[in-house]
Amino acid sequence: MLLIRCPYCEEERPELEFRNAGEAHIARSANIAGESDDDFEKFFFIRSNPKGVIHERWRHMHGCARFFNAVRDTVTDKFIMTYKAGEPKPAKLPGVAK
Amino acid sequence: MVKAAAKTTASATPSAERRAALAGQTVSATGVALAVLPPAERISLRAPEASVAALSKALGVTLPTKPKTSASKAGRTALWLGPDEWLVIDEAGKDPLADCAKVTALHSAVGISHRNVAFSVTGPAAAAAINGGCPQDLSLEVFPVGAASRTILGKSEIVLLRSGPDAFRVECWRSFSDYVFTLLSEAASDAAA
Repeated sequence: MLLIRCPYCEEERPELEFRNAGEAHIARSANIAGESDDDFEKFFFIRSNPKGVIHERWRHMHGCARFFNAVRDTVTDKFIMTYKAGEPKPAKLPGVAK
Repeated sequence: MVKAAAKTTASATPSAERRAALAGQTVSATGVALAVLPPAERISLRAPEASVAALSKALGVTLPTKPKTSASKAGRTALWLGPDEWLVIDEAGKDPLADCAKVTALHSAVGISHRNVAFSVTGPAAAAAINGGCPQDLSLEVFPVGAASRTILGKSEIVLLRSGPDAFRVECWRSFSDYVFTLLSEAASDAAA
């Protein structure tokens, strides 16, 4: 079982307590009604789905129930780091070359 | 509404009786005993940091602000569930909802006394029995006495409180209580084996 660090509970907890909530850092337009159909499609449906490092939203559903963000490698399934919701994308990732 | 009406009738005519889920049931195996705890007053409390001091004063118990902790005083226990969320359990028969109603600071207190059913799991194999369905590390170093956490047991969400080195309180939703009690009974006999 994976252990995922919840930034609110400040400790690693078993994966069964968590739910994935899709890609992170997708900003909703302030003027959503004025968006063109193409832009709306991009915002609403199109996800990056990378092979490798991805930023995702996760929720500690059966714990503190808070949403937070996680950086995860889709190839190895390894959680590189987690950080609180609302915080910017971390500039440097621990243990990742580049 | 129906529940409120039923409560009024119950106090007016002693013949009407509220049946608690699984009331009085017990299971014991070698090293672990399981019992359904008597009804208690409970509230779900949400409040921002600025209101915590006022609420703590009104409730008579300091709301814990550290993750996975609880605080207890005079039969009333406050369990940290999230950064702005607590479960307050009163076993002394006083109503924490009434105490919160006096507080003017921003908060939300919802009475959930009858939503939850509580079990006690006690004995040297108590942690092993709960680990039969709960993936958390329940060793004394990681989950010390007084530690509290919302977590899962099998397919059901529970709130777990360690009340002693060999004693746990398991809170679950009423409609899940049959499942939780059965799972814990099975796990208890496995832990004893």
